[in-house]
Amino acid sequence: MLIDFFQQLRKAGIPVSIMEFLTLLEAMQKHLAFGSAENFYYLARLCMVKDETHFDKYDRVFMEYFKGITVSVEDLNQEIPEEWLRRVAERFLTDEEKQQIQAMGGLDKLMETLKKRFEEQKERHQGGSKWIGTGGTSPFGAYGYNPEGIRIGQSESRHRRAVKVWEKREFKDFDDSVELGTRNMKVALRKLRTFAREGEALELDLPGTIRATAGNAGFLDIKMVPERHNKVKVLLFLDVGGSMDPHVEICEQLFSAARSEFKHLEYFYFHNFVYERVWRDNQRRWDAHHATDSLINQFGPDYKLVIVGDASMSPYEIHLPGGSVEHHNPEPGSVWLRRLTDHYRRAVWLNPEPREQWKYTPSIQITEQLMAGQMFPLNMDGIDRAIKYLGT
Amino acid sequence: MKFTGTDSYIATEDLMLAVNSAIVLERPLLIKGEPGTGKTMLAEEVARALGMPLFQWHIKSSTKAQQGLYEYDAVSRLRDSQLGDPRVHAISNYIVKGKLWEAFDSDCQAVVLIDEVDKADIEFPNDLLRELDRMEFYVYETQQVVQAKHRPIIIITSNNEKELPDAFLRRCFFHFIRFPDRETLEQIVAVHYPDIQSSLVKEALEVFLGVRDVPGLKKKPSTSELLDWLKILLAEKIGPEHLKNSRKERQIPPLHGALLKNELDLLLFGPSRRQSAGY
Repeated sequence: MLIDFFQQLRKAGIPVSIMEFLTLLEAMQKHLAFGSAENFYYLARLCMVKDETHFDKYDRVFMEYFKGITVSVEDLNQEIPEEWLRRVAERFLTDEEKQQIQAMGGLDKLMETLKKRFEEQKERHQGGSKWIGTGGTSPFGAYGYNPEGIRIGQSESRHRRAVKVWEKREFKDFDDSVELGTRNMKVALRKLRTFAREGEALELDLPGTIRATAGNAGFLDIKMVPERHNKVKVLLFLDVGGSMDPHVEICEQLFSAARSEFKHLEYFYFHNFVYERVWRDNQRRWDAHHATDSLINQFGPDYKLVIVGDASMSPYEIHLPGGSVEHHNPEPGSVWLRRLTDHYRRAVWLNPEPREQWKYTPSIQITEQLMAGQMFPLNMDGIDRAIKYLGT
Repeated sequence: MKFTGTDSYIATEDLMLAVNSAIVLERPLLIKGEPGTGKTMLAEEVARALGMPLFQWHIKSSTKAQQGLYEYDAVSRLRDSQLGDPRVHAISNYIVKGKLWEAFDSDCQAVVLIDEVDKADIEFPNDLLRELDRMEFYVYETQQVVQAKHRPIIIITSNNEKELPDAFLRRCFFHFIRFPDRETLEQIVAVHYPDIQSSLVKEALEVFLGVRDVPGLKKKPSTSELLDWLKILLAEKIGPEHLKNSRKERQIPPLHGALLKNELDLLLFGPSRRQSAGY
């Protein structure tokens, strides 16, 4: 009973556990939502959805399920753009795996087959060797053994062999090899730390206590000091898509290093240049925007602004209203960048393009001027110098 | 035993269901929602409606999970030993009970409020898993197990400043208090100010909801701010016509200090928004 519903919730990406599902059944047994669809809706949500950001997904699944129609394959396809998948794939593929993929007739073939399977498959599947599901040897699905498998709905790689990760939070899936690279960056970012003792006195101040006790003729006199906290706040803007694709990996390293290093890290994405809106969730870039001026309003000048992008584009995209390649921007990007740099006391631009190339691309020079020269290459040395500047 | 709201607290249907399910199934209830939508108040009202004692544990950034159970005051024992106080021989003299212990000790079922759980360290909720599951804990110093006489009703509030761990979430019921719709707002106002002029309420709500719709606000005014604002509107004897005019001319609302708590938000008002913000 209701197992289908449970599985569809999971399929829609809501992290429901069996324990929570059993709780719902227990609640039903106790007649907490008897004879009312609305109450059942609330009760099931109460038991199984633990974050308001999943409410929307829950609503959709609920609607579909109780209309008697399952979530259609069409929707699933639309939610995951192929372009995005491909990018992830390129990152995760080793040369060896690229050869192995020929076993299926190449990446294109793999994508094609996946789409076809989606169309053929009408219900959830487990085991077996063809359908998308869990625990099988089909190239599609989770917890499987096929070397060129596409991982669907599995939070960690069990065999470290799956080619693709098909999940919403792509930054969670970092394997150990990336960590090696991020270590250096963490060390560099660490220079930005500004520790301050603030808040309540909590730690034993050992030297102070010894001094005070000695001064007190041997009677204990405990001294306490507040704990140290890293106080630095960072606002990170990342360029995604287009010409940035070759740099995805290094940006992710930087991002994951920054993530673990700063408690106050706010990050947003943009495409090519900052305009009046940025977004936080790459998958929802078309419907969930943040207005740039509300960000300026929200995050004070004490934030350190770090923009990561290759700044390689046509100069029109910077200088003219309507210059953006994606939408009509009423004000030129240069105006928006100036607003940002005027507001934030310390701002840097990290550019993954090699420094020697900068002078051949007019848009990079323009951007460098707009940043008042504070553009650094995205390598260890550049990060080092950028952090030094931010820290002053 | 059923919670249906009180004479001073309007509970929507889904909130009532959430509270009652948490009571029947004995699960902690995690409440999120915009600041000022009555999260903390809920525990007080549940306790009052059901006639139970309320134990409030307010969490700060320095709060440790252990402090809710008990604390061993080693420093005063050390001091007593130096002063030769006979109390020093019994370690239980230096065990200070925390809020959860007090609630476990209560002779009738109690309500425990763990307020703003997200303020604490990231590990804080994980440290309470077993205690909330089994409603018991172990005191190492005196080697005793403290068990709840009656499983308390636990209400936890969060302001979303930190993500809570999955293991913790799995054990809780979760309810998100949505910002009330106009109808519910009217009910809430009626509960707090039974004698208020209805045209004033209508205009005030109009202005208030308009303020909430302004994009880019740092802090949207919430229910509690609406109630404060109405209170001073009444005290200053500002009539509905005045509110209507200010709304028509898109002025900043009268006595805005009660609604807008951030000076940057004030800049967002008026027709010439761009210029006034200094761009």
